Amino acid sequence: MNQSDSQLILKAENLKQHYHVKQGLFKPNAVVKAVDGISFNLEKGKTLAVVGESGCGKSTLGRMLTMIETPTAGSLAHLGEDLLTLTKDAQAKLRQKIQIIFQNPYGSLNPRKKIGAILEEPLIINTTLSKAERKEKALTIMSKVGLKAEHYDRYPHMFSGGQRQRIAIARGLMLDPNVIVADEPVSALDVSVQAQVLNLMMDLQEEFGLSYVFISHDLSVVEHIADDVMVMYLGKVVEQGTREQLFENPKHPYTLALLSSTPQLSPEKRRTRIKLEGELPSPLNPPSGCAFHGRCSYANDRCRNETPALRLDGQELGHLIACHAVEENRIETLAGSAA
Amino acid sequence: MSLLQLENLSVTFGNFRAVDNISYKIEEGEVLGIVGESGSGKSVSSLSIMGLIDFPGKVTADNLSFDNQDLQAMPEKQRRKLTGSDIAMIFQDPMTSLNPCFTVGYQIIEALKTHQGGSKKELKARAIELLTQVGIPAPESRLDNYPHQLSGGMSQRIMISIAIACNPRLLIADEPTTALDVTIQAQIIDLLIDLQRQKQMGLVLITHDLALVAEVAHRVIVMYAGQIVESGPAAEVFSTPKHPYTQALLASLPESAAGKARLEALPGVVPGQYDRPLGCLLSPRCPYATDHCRKVEPANQGDIHRQVKCHTPLDSEGRPAA
Repeated sequence: MNQSDSQLILKAENLKQHYHVKQGLFKPNAVVKAVDGISFNLEKGKTLAVVGESGCGKSTLGRMLTMIETPTAGSLAHLGEDLLTLTKDAQAKLRQKIQIIFQNPYGSLNPRKKIGAILEEPLIINTTLSKAERKEKALTIMSKVGLKAEHYDRYPHMFSGGQRQRIAIARGLMLDPNVIVADEPVSALDVSVQAQVLNLMMDLQEEFGLSYVFISHDLSVVEHIADDVMVMYLGKVVEQGTREQLFENPKHPYTLALLSSTPQLSPEKRRTRIKLEGELPSPLNPPSGCAFHGRCSYANDRCRNETPALRLDGQELGHLIACHAVEENRIETLAGSAA
Repeated sequence: MSLLQLENLSVTFGNFRAVDNISYKIEEGEVLGIVGESGSGKSVSSLSIMGLIDFPGKVTADNLSFDNQDLQAMPEKQRRKLTGSDIAMIFQDPMTSLNPCFTVGYQIIEALKTHQGGSKKELKARAIELLTQVGIPAPESRLDNYPHQLSGGMSQRIMISIAIACNPRLLIADEPTTALDVTIQAQIIDLLIDLQRQKQMGLVLITHDLALVAEVAHRVIVMYAGQIVESGPAAEVFSTPKHPYTQALLASLPESAAGKARLEALPGVVPGQYDRPLGCLLSPRCPYATDHCRKVEPANQGDIHRQVKCHTPLDSEGRPAA
């Protein structure tokens, strides 16, 4: 294993998750393409943010990465080892290296267990550490996330939302993971507490060299924490690139609309509002062609019939966009008017 | 004359003061933003205006008047006529605030029937007109839908149409977009502001999203642990905050970090029922707190235009006055 700085921790290729949904006795089963062909590389110590509205498949992606669900197709490699073709035992071993933090800290901690028991459970299952060693490990991690030793014997209901999220993060760290999938880790928290938790996550990333897959709908948080960003719409990636590429030079009409819909504190940063008509279409009955064409002001016949592929944007390395209008330079007018 | 006037309004639940002596006014055609973290008393104060605080909650105020009518002195019957028609409210979660057992048409017409009356035909026509106003396509067919057939954004539009059914003069929106996606949030806020301008309503927008308030509100009130800590014109409060809490809230937003790795986090949490400090409520978390702050509760300083509840309000450079 090479230990260079740009070590590839997680590599996903063309990941798909399709669900079969019963529609009734005499109708054929429908297929919901919750995630439809997603590829990315995640390097050591980096943060990949996944952005999108509810129902776009970002949580499903998180569940696949942690192997809570097995993808329908595609490949997923952790440090070069394909997770999907391994034996059950080997999978269980590797699973320890990819942990998840859930959105709602009020629902993700067992109310009947003390914090100590919650933190030690992964050690009991996966390691042969003695009771004393387990407690020592739990206390070390607790101090790392800003919890005190006396919290060891308390129950989750005795903690505030921010502290619970710290407990959830500590639980994720117990097995020394390489990757943490954080599914909306701060959206249930107040702004002042959100800042505390984001700071903690960044400190831990530095200390343990963690890689994050940060799932969020909040673009201002993503702009702060991410290295790379992936914008999803109805199971597909519509734009993918580094933080600078996405926030300073967004190209896809959906990314532009998302950015302009996010309220901004300072008047200088406000963008001309691009009004999106309508709502996310049903994944049971996705539109033909580009999934976004019903809400896009640049849609033409080609967009309605032909699904755009994710392709490299001309000038920039690694900036991928799935849009016919961008490819044909039909968006030029907009960039001019917004400036 | 102000549309709504509160003076020293408090709401107590047993020994706990959820809202602690707040006073504010709102004029016709004004958008007032109320911001604060959870537990700061934003929602409870607005529920008390609507008369929706039940036992054991207790509302006291030196003055609580709408359009020069004293809401506390008037008989219950008269107050109920006022709320729902002249004062209306939109709640946070549209999916749970609509009754799942009735069609949306029934629920809109119910509000109209209670307050205005009219023949079946007229009521239905008015309901369709309302749905058109809030931008629902094919309103005739939507009337017969049940809430579970609608998306979140659509349900919130229905809630808005019920709230504006009787042409209210004051609309209280309690976190109207928190449960919605960002592109839908933009649609709903645009709709609310359009309606507010058209009808010259007073709009109280309660939210924890500072940026949203900065974009749409004329004036803003910042609440902390049941008290108003700062109030003033939105642009002024956000550009030069005078209260350390407002300053800390703004600094903890990721967009204020501007490339820096760490966010300025305010340590600790909002005090609850059992850990309310003496003196200034922010003193345990405040970076500028002195012994005086820990003992004596600060009074409101400044004129009615811009108030701050702090012993040492911050100057234009964000430093405490000596």
